[in-house]
Amino acid sequence: MRIIIPMKRVPDTADPVTVRDGRVDLAAVQTWAIGPNEEYAIEEALRLVEKLGEGTVTLLNIGPEEAQETIRKGLAMGAHDAYQCQDEAFDTLDALGRARVLAAAIEKIGDYDIIWGGMQSSDTNDAQTTIMLAELLDLPHVSAVMTVEEVGDGFIIVRAEAEGGVKKVKVPTPCVLAEAQGPNEPRYPSLRGIMGAKKKPLTVWNADDLGLDTDELEPLVEVLTLEPPPARTAGRILEGEPEEVVRELVRLLHEEAKVI
Amino acid sequence: MAETVLVVAELADGKPKKITYEMLTAAREVADEFEYDVAVLAIGSRLDADALAETFGARGADVLFVADDDALAEYAVEPYAALLTQLIEDEEPALVLFGFTPTGRDLAPRVAARVKAGLATDITGVRLEDDEILFIRPMYSGQAIATVKIASDVKMATVRPNTWPVAQPGDGDAADIEELDVDDLPEPRTDVLEVEVSQSERPELTEASIVVSGGRGVGSAENFKIIEELADLLGAAVGTTRAVVDAGWRPYEEQVGQTGKTVSPQLYFAIGISGAIQHISGMRTSKYIVAINKDPEAPIFKIADYGIVGDLHKIVPLLIEEIKNLKEAEV
Ligand SMILES: Cc1cc2nc3c(=O)[nH]c(=O)nc-3n(C[C@H](O)[C@H](O)[C@H](O)COP(=O)(O)OP(=O)(O)OC[C@H]3O[C@@H](n4cnc5c(N)ncnc54)[C@H](O)[C@@H]3O)c2cc1C
Ligand SMILES: Nc1ncnc2c1ncn2[C@@H]1O[C@H](COP(=O)(O)O)[C@@H](O)[C@H]1O
Repeated sequence: MRIIIPMKRVPDTADPVTVRDGRVDLAAVQTWAIGPNEEYAIEEALRLVEKLGEGTVTLLNIGPEEAQETIRKGLAMGAHDAYQCQDEAFDTLDALGRARVLAAAIEKIGDYDIIWGGMQSSDTNDAQTTIMLAELLDLPHVSAVMTVEEVGDGFIIVRAEAEGGVKKVKVPTPCVLAEAQGPNEPRYPSLRGIMGAKKKPLTVWNADDLGLDTDELEPLVEVLTLEPPPARTAGRILEGEPEEVVRELVRLLHEEAKVI
Repeated sequence: MAETVLVVAELADGKPKKITYEMLTAAREVADEFEYDVAVLAIGSRLDADALAETFGARGADVLFVADDDALAEYAVEPYAALLTQLIEDEEPALVLFGFTPTGRDLAPRVAARVKAGLATDITGVRLEDDEILFIRPMYSGQAIATVKIASDVKMATVRPNTWPVAQPGDGDAADIEELDVDDLPEPRTDVLEVEVSQSERPELTEASIVVSGGRGVGSAENFKIIEELADLLGAAVGTTRAVVDAGWRPYEEQVGQTGKTVSPQLYFAIGISGAIQHISGMRTSKYIVAINKDPEAPIFKIADYGIVGDLHKIVPLLIEEIKNLKEAEV
């Protein structure tokens, strides 16, 4: 069983981002992290490999050199090896471009059973890359996956979100999964894991290595400018006896906001 | 033929869902500016095409494409994507709109990759200037609002639910019906073995106009009864936080936030919720936010329109009583 996890490096979601001059100020980012969906995917993938008693988890990232620190965090969690696609031409990719680069890298990596990416990244929020990757590789996919429940001969059964509930889906392998949030809290790397991660293989490829024509990676979707969201200012704190404040709240919701 | 805005309808039991009417409003906004036509694509099994053509026509659609086959009763990406790809290649619409819903999120990226169209995700607005459609969409989980341009001839977008108003019927004629060829559609490659629907009475979380969310402050799974009671009284959906899901008190489907659902209701109750940045990113565009928390310093109060500092176990039952009184006074 080989699982490949396309993994983005994102600003830690616990820190607010700074929007300045039409851009997010990336120099102001204090902590970088593994994309939240992928962190869950890594956790579920590691558990699956542990349960099966065989298999490997491979991380795959498109990013700058500095993202290797975050890739090492994934290796410290227990992933076995990693690949990074690093090229100046990759700085301006849109989701389809990212999917193209990932597809080229996956074809070069070769054999695999599950490509387990995230449903939606926490920075660009495109919610496209993983499913586009399935399309480019001509593989079946399942969206909003929670976990893999069963592994059979040439298929797996996954638990995923359904409209208003959850569903079990049988999908032939190789396949693509888009992870939402798994049932298990992603593990913290142990000290041993962190030490071991330094020795795990991390292979870097550029556009040439991947046989990519960079002209074809021109983005179709371009962000012209970014602004901070309209400020949500603190409203009214209602004070007094519980009975009074509740009566006042209901009156405001009914008469002022007109929402009940 | 004029250029077209194509709306990929979402139906439940053959009837348009709310998001479909919201997309129609968005489609008309663009179509009116550029003098485009509006077309709707309805996919399903045993559809009443005449009724749909009338419903959509009255709300500004010119054409209704219908793909009707028993094999299309349930959504599956392979046949739906094949149909849509064929239609896009034949009609070359200027813009294709999907809902940013479980179906739209699953389908749109497949089709966009296949026809090589740029796709703007979860749009909350359009700006129309100099022959150009620009799309407004949140990034960084709502901490930045982007203006986005798409370079491909066919442009695609997924539309955030609860953002455009529902299209109201006017005096438009029934849309012209065009039946699509449903022979030789590919079979689904995935097989849904089982669906557990957790609650059918309450509205879909992402579509609900009122959401009542309880956090760790509620205290236990058992205590969520009062949250459910308040929700049912208001016809609302129940939401929650990751802390509660991790504790096993509520299912993941109800989680609002970064790794859960994004909601944008008219009214959002945050009860016993601290207001962590990852929770706020899933509900910050709610029209009105009410916070009930015993800690006056809780960050949720910074974004709430109305706040009550106090013990939720006291406040919520009082609130239920007071809303019951209001409802009784109204009838
Ligand atoms: C990568 C990542 C992704 C995440 N994604 C999400 C997500 O999608 N959604 C999400 O919600 N969180 C998410 N989180 C978790 C988030 O950081 C918070 O931990 C979580 O939102 C806290 O939930 P809470 O407000 O219920 O609990 P707490 O933070 O524990 O807050 C409980 C609140 O209840 C109040 N309270 C207690 N008792 C009472 C009472 N009797 N009456 C009134 N008030 C009371 C307390 O004052 C407190 O403010 C994520 C975290 C990470 C790292
Ligand atoms: N730069 C990247 N490197 C590796 N994987 C990525 C990258 N960008 C996106 N992905 C994958 O695609 C998923 C969805 O991302 P997005 O389409 O940007 O919302 C992420 O959760 C990752 O699994």
